[in-house]
Amino acid sequence: MMEGISLRRMQVNQTGTVVSVRARGELGRRIRDMGLVPGKDIRIQGRAPLKDPVSLRIMGGTLTLRNNEADYIFVEVH
Amino acid sequence: MAITIALAGNPNSGKTTLFNALTGARQHVGNYPGVTVEKKQGTCTAENQIFDIVDLPGTYSLSAYSMEEVVARDFIVNEKPAMIVNIVDGSNLERNLYLTLQFMEMGANVCIALNMMDVAGKRGVTIDVEKLSLLLGLPVVPMVARTGKGRAQLLKTVADHVVSRPAPLKISYGRDIDDTLDEMEERIRSDQFLTDPYPSRWVALKYLENDAQILEAGKAHLAGTHEWLSAKALKLSHHLETTLDTHPEGMIADQRYGFITSILKQGVISHTLDPNRLAWSDKIDKILTHRFLGPLIMIGVLMGLYQFTFAYSEVPVGWCENFFTWLGDRTDTLFADGLFKSLVISGIIDGVGGVLGFVPLILFMFLGISFLEDSGYLARMAFMLDRVFRMFGLHGASVMAFIVSGGIAGGCAVPGVMATRTLKSPKERLATLLTVPFMNCGAKLPVYALLVAAFFTDYRAQVMLIITLISWVGALLVAKLLRSTVIKGPATPFVMELPPYRLPTFKGLAIHTWERTWQYIRKAGTVILGISIVLWAMMTFPQLDTRTVSNENTVGMHTPGAETMDPGAAALRHSIAGRMGMAMESVTRYAGFDWQTNIALLGGFAAKEVVVSTLGTAYSLGEVDPEDSMSLAQRLKTAEGWGPVTAFSLILFTIFYSPCFVAVVCIARESGSWKWGMFSMAFNTLLALSLSIVFYQTATWMMS
Ligand SMILES: Nc1nc2c(ncn2[C@@H]2O[C@H](COP(=O)(O)OP(=O)(O)OP(=O)(O)O)[C@@H](O)[C@H]2O)c(=O)[nH]1
Ligand SMILES: [Mg+2]
Repeated sequence: MMEGISLRRMQVNQTGTVVSVRARGELGRRIRDMGLVPGKDIRIQGRAPLKDPVSLRIMGGTLTLRNNEADYIFVEVH
Repeated sequence: MAITIALAGNPNSGKTTLFNALTGARQHVGNYPGVTVEKKQGTCTAENQIFDIVDLPGTYSLSAYSMEEVVARDFIVNEKPAMIVNIVDGSNLERNLYLTLQFMEMGANVCIALNMMDVAGKRGVTIDVEKLSLLLGLPVVPMVARTGKGRAQLLKTVADHVVSRPAPLKISYGRDIDDTLDEMEERIRSDQFLTDPYPSRWVALKYLENDAQILEAGKAHLAGTHEWLSAKALKLSHHLETTLDTHPEGMIADQRYGFITSILKQGVISHTLDPNRLAWSDKIDKILTHRFLGPLIMIGVLMGLYQFTFAYSEVPVGWCENFFTWLGDRTDTLFADGLFKSLVISGIIDGVGGVLGFVPLILFMFLGISFLEDSGYLARMAFMLDRVFRMFGLHGASVMAFIVSGGIAGGCAVPGVMATRTLKSPKERLATLLTVPFMNCGAKLPVYALLVAAFFTDYRAQVMLIITLISWVGALLVAKLLRSTVIKGPATPFVMELPPYRLPTFKGLAIHTWERTWQYIRKAGTVILGISIVLWAMMTFPQLDTRTVSNENTVGMHTPGAETMDPGAAALRHSIAGRMGMAMESVTRYAGFDWQTNIALLGGFAAKEVVVSTLGTAYSLGEVDPEDSMSLAQRLKTAEGWGPVTAFSLILFTIFYSPCFVAVVCIARESGSWKWGMFSMAFNTLLALSLSIVFYQTATWMMS
């Protein structure tokens, strides 16, 4: 299985494909409900002025998540 | 017989807009995910049938993690609506269909209202509606809820399909899961385990997904079957973990999305524009959430909101005040002096009038907030400020409530508490609504103005700034304290949608503003009326007759100045409130407060405005206009026991002590329990008292 890098480490405007979501329980569920599942393409849209949270584009919508939540998401950068 | 139709869909997909278009009802519409929390009902007649329409809260999924999901799911399972109209945001089809699949897996009779077709069109997305309908096996009606386009077609489709009873959708989750599901389903069927409300395969799926609500129901129903199913689920979970490094929950979600992708890939969606191109909404975001410009613009927007609210509401607030003054004067001439007149004027008109006088202010405040919310800017504010607020156990979206309550000085905690509704995370929301009353609302300002004018004449601006800082630091620290004790718990995930910027509609703004304002007005007529009468009684009874006056004067109360008191002050001292004020002196004197101050603070519980006027009465000055408190300031300067230390101790107390009763009522209402209303009264007062005592004792010790 491909490892990829954690979403936290991605730069603004970088694109990539989600390879795995390691979160469980409520956080895992929320992340998946919003469409962050393996195989989906994302692009880092921007970061809040204090670098956290991060906003990203996925399936035509914009999502935000905190860095400590982004840690659970692994992405293969294009 | 009315046919029940449920409107369900993702947050912010336009359910409430459609509900209003169908029923003509005026429900609150907002461009902030998760605005509807309770379900709303209305009726609509079409195609010779009466439809009972229920607007369910928006959800992304049907797991039982949040209140909204439980409400939506329970409704579908228990009330069994004839049809679910699933509002799907056409500009975000893939994610929205995730919920649709879950309705289908429950065996619900679903019809898709493909909304926001105008937005999809502008983004260059074309959807082959017929193909989508064919592949999903559901009726699909394209529409634009905002303009009402597609409404008639939707009603016709619903009328045509209400009798359908589709079989639950069966998705393949891969060999491992499917085999286990089959086994579980067989056992569930033969034991008739929970099959009364739920389809059997769905129950099996929920066991694999570890759904707390279903597991609990299952345990209560048939413990044996429950154990067996749980063991099966656990075994599969271990298996998936060792072979594929994943778990059933994750795998199920992945496969659902896979199923959607496979449908959309068959030519349902086509893009005429590059889908990666920056929409204008993204371009706005580049500026509004820019590292340096973003915060500056945000400060500007907040100042603007503040200016807008207070500058424009000043005139109508004046009208309201004049109206109640006029009403008071009329009553004054209409009735003979006596208890009844005092009750009507001081109890009812002043009490309710004081609350209703805020109406224009609240209306403007909500109009401003509604604009920020409907346009989508509020979600960006939450995004930018989350980092700061999270350190204190709050959420980025808390900022609005703090500002409204007087974070910049001069707001009102009542709309502030109500503004916490835009917060979706329950713990963060509770912590926010318990700490916003520490902000410096407009009614506390006259108290500060009086004390600063009397004792800190040369440092007015500095002291006001210090007051603002103390209230912020205090509020954030208390929030942190609450979040690590009584409202303990991990931060709710921030995973949130940033809705595209939209120009708010006039109708949406009007509905939104009016709904919130009306809730406020309604309260004035009920609870607040009751409490003002009680407070009036406390400050009036027992009454003083002339004999007791002379009696007390001869006996000689040990209160300084008692002999020189005017009749108003004497009567006040004699009342229950007065007696309480004197009784409390034994504690409050450690903070530097005498009984006169105590009565004023008790009165401040009715409304903080009352503090200054009550001080005036208690210090035998008769009526004091809070706007013109110079004479009282002069009097305090020379009064025994007063000095900068006492004054600052009182300022500290005013910042932190119990919210006024209107705010307490709102806290109880918004938190859903009187427990929290009581908590805020007791906790805040204790906190204020401790801070004032510590300050007063330290300061006097250092000065001696
Ligand atoms: N352009 C466009 N905007 C729409 C349409 N339908 C709704 N909106 C807007 O979308 C936003 C959200 O609408 P709501 O009706 O509040 O959405 P909801 O699904 O009830 O949202 P929650 O109650 O938060 O779950 C509002 O700003 C609406 O004006 C549409 O067809 N086209
Ligand atoms: Mg709604």
